[in-house]
Amino acid sequence: MQFLKLIVRNALRHKLRTGLTVVGIVIAILAFGLLQTIVDAWYAGAEGAAPNRLVTRNAVSLVFPMPLHYRDKIRAVEGVRRVAPFNWFGGYYQEPKNFFAQFAIDPLPFLAMYPEYRVPEDELRAFLRDRKGAVIGRKLAERYGFKVGDTIPLQGTIYPGTWTFTVRAIYDGADAKVDASQLLFHWHYLNETMKQRSPRRGDQVGVFMVQIDDPHRSAEIGQAIDALFKNSLAETLTETEKAFQLGFVAMTQTIVVAIRIVSFVVIFIILAVMANTMAMTARERLGEYATLKAVGFGPGYVAGLIFGESVAIAAAGAALGIALTFPVAAWFAVQMGKFFPVFGVSAETVALQAGCALVVGLVAAVLPGRRAARVKIVEGLRAIG
Amino acid sequence: MTSRADSAAGAGGVVAAEADAPPLISIRHVFKSYRRGGQVVPVLHDITFDVQRGDFLGLMGPSGSGKSTLLNLIAGIDKPDSGEVLVDGVDITRLGETELADWRAGAVGFVFQFYNLMPVLTAFENVELPLTLTRLPRRVRHEHVEAALTLVGLADRMEHYPSELSGGQQQRVAIARAIITDPKLIVADEPTGDLDRQSAEDVLTLIDRLNIELGKTILMVTHDRRAADRAHAIMYLDKGELSTAGDVFERSVREARR
Repeated sequence: MQFLKLIVRNALRHKLRTGLTVVGIVIAILAFGLLQTIVDAWYAGAEGAAPNRLVTRNAVSLVFPMPLHYRDKIRAVEGVRRVAPFNWFGGYYQEPKNFFAQFAIDPLPFLAMYPEYRVPEDELRAFLRDRKGAVIGRKLAERYGFKVGDTIPLQGTIYPGTWTFTVRAIYDGADAKVDASQLLFHWHYLNETMKQRSPRRGDQVGVFMVQIDDPHRSAEIGQAIDALFKNSLAETLTETEKAFQLGFVAMTQTIVVAIRIVSFVVIFIILAVMANTMAMTARERLGEYATLKAVGFGPGYVAGLIFGESVAIAAAGAALGIALTFPVAAWFAVQMGKFFPVFGVSAETVALQAGCALVVGLVAAVLPGRRAARVKIVEGLRAIG
Repeated sequence: MTSRADSAAGAGGVVAAEADAPPLISIRHVFKSYRRGGQVVPVLHDITFDVQRGDFLGLMGPSGSGKSTLLNLIAGIDKPDSGEVLVDGVDITRLGETELADWRAGAVGFVFQFYNLMPVLTAFENVELPLTLTRLPRRVRHEHVEAALTLVGLADRMEHYPSELSGGQQQRVAIARAIITDPKLIVADEPTGDLDRQSAEDVLTLIDRLNIELGKTILMVTHDRRAADRAHAIMYLDKGELSTAGDVFERSVREARR
C-alpha cells in the first residue's frame, strides 16, 4: 500500500513535468493509433475478403475486359457455385471531388455471394424491378443525404455520359469492416447501354466474382478456370479475393511501409522523452533512494518505485491516448471517407497502443531503475544537503 | 566505552570501562580508504574500540577525519577494506547486500543531518515506512507510529508533510522513524547540524531520553561542542586515527559529572 502511495505521489510530485510527459505520450499513442488505423483501412478490403470467393480477371491487366461468355464456362467448372460479372464504373457525382466507388453487378448472384451486404427485402425487390435502380451503402447515403427514391446523376469517366440512377435500396454492412460507401447498380443496364452507345464495348466484363463450394480448393479451381482460357485472346488470372485485394495494396506498399515506420518512430521518440524524464527523476531522488536502502529497503524495492512510476505515467498517457483515438478516428473517417471507406479503430490497434505504452514505461525505467538500485548508500546520502 | 587504540594511538593500551555484558559494538583493526581520481586516499587506519550497551558516544574530529565513515561502517551502510565490525555479536562485514539490508531494518535507527524524510509522505507515513518491512498488522503498526510520534512530541502533526514542518520537527519525525523498529543502536550524523539553537537543544534532549529512558545505544557524529556535551564519552578522530588521550580525558570528565 505504502509502495503504491509512493509511486502515485512521486508521479504527481512535479506536476508540470509529469503533465507534459503524459501529454507527450497521449499525442504519441494517439498518432500511433491513427497511423495504425490508416494501415488497417488500407488492408480493409483484403480483411473483408471471404475465403470462398475468387476473382477472375484478364491476365494482362485489370484494365482489359473479358468477354461475357466466359461466365458460363466458369460456372461449369466443378466446385464453382456462382459467378457474377462485376465492372468498375469510375464515375463521379456532380463534381470530380465527389468520388466514391460504383460497381455494376449482377444482383442475384452477387448479393448471394456477399451476404455481408444487408439489404432490406422490400427495397431489394424494388431494386431488382428497376433496371436503372441502385443500391447504396449507408455511409454513402449519410454523406450525401441520399434517400430511397432519390436520383443520383453520375458523370461517367470510363463509360462516358451522364448516368442517372434511382436509389432503390440502402444496404448496411454486417460489421464495421464492410465497405458501406459504395453504389451498386445493374450490370445488364450498363451492358445494354454500352451496346447502344458503343457496340464494341458490349458484353465486356471487368472481373468475374466467383463463389466456390470449398475454400480449400481455391487454388485448384483457380487453375482450372485459367486453363479454360489458355491461349485465348483474353487469358485469365484467377486468385482469391484476398490476394486480389492485396494486389491493390501492393501497388502502394511503399506508402504503407512508410506509415508503419513513422508510427513506430513516434513511439521511439516518446520513449526517449520518457527515459529522459525518468533519468532526471531518479537523479534528483538518489538521496531518497539511499535513505530507503539505509532503513532496510532492498534494491528491488527502489527499482520498483521507478518502474512503477514510469509505468503509471505511461499508463495514464496511454489511457487518455486510446480514449481520444476513437473520436479522432471517427472525425478522420468523416473527412477521409472517400479514400478510406472502412476506417475504424480495431481491437488489435488498441492492444498495440497499450502494449507500446507498457514497453515505453518499462524500457524508460531500465537505466534509471538500475542506477537507483545500484546506488551506494553513502554516495546517495552525499547527494542530500 | 572501551577504547583500544593499541596500534593507532600506540601507547594507550587497553582502557577499560567495566561492563558485565559483552559490548554492543566491537570494532577490530578496521581500515578504510577511498579511490579518488585514481588515487587511494586512506580514511580510517587500524581502528579498534568497543562500545558498551546503553552507551552514548560522541564522535568528534575535524572535517575529513573519518568520523562519518566510521559511523557508516558501524551502521552497515558501508564496508571496510579490512577488519571486523561486530554489532551485537554479528560481524556485519560478512553479510551480503540483502542480509545487510534486513539487518539494518531491525538493528539500527538512522538520524541524518538533513532529516532525509520522504517529502511525499506525511509524518505518520514516514515513521511507518520501516514498519512496512515487518509483518506487523496494520493496526499494530499504527499504534506503534502513534506512540513514537507522541514520544517525540508530534502527536498533533501526524498528517503534516515534511514541507509543513520546521527543521526541528522534521528531525523529531526522523528520530521517531529511527526508533520505530526498536533497534538497540541509533546512529546520528550531525543531527543538530541544520538546526537553530533551540531546536538543536530539543533534539539533543530527545536523543538523551532515548538513551536514558529507552536504553538505546547512541553513536553521534558532531562538530558541535554543546551537542558533544550530551554524550557519555567522546572519541576523537584525527586523520583516520583514534585519539586515545582525548577519549580517556572525556570519559573521566563525564563519569565525574555523573
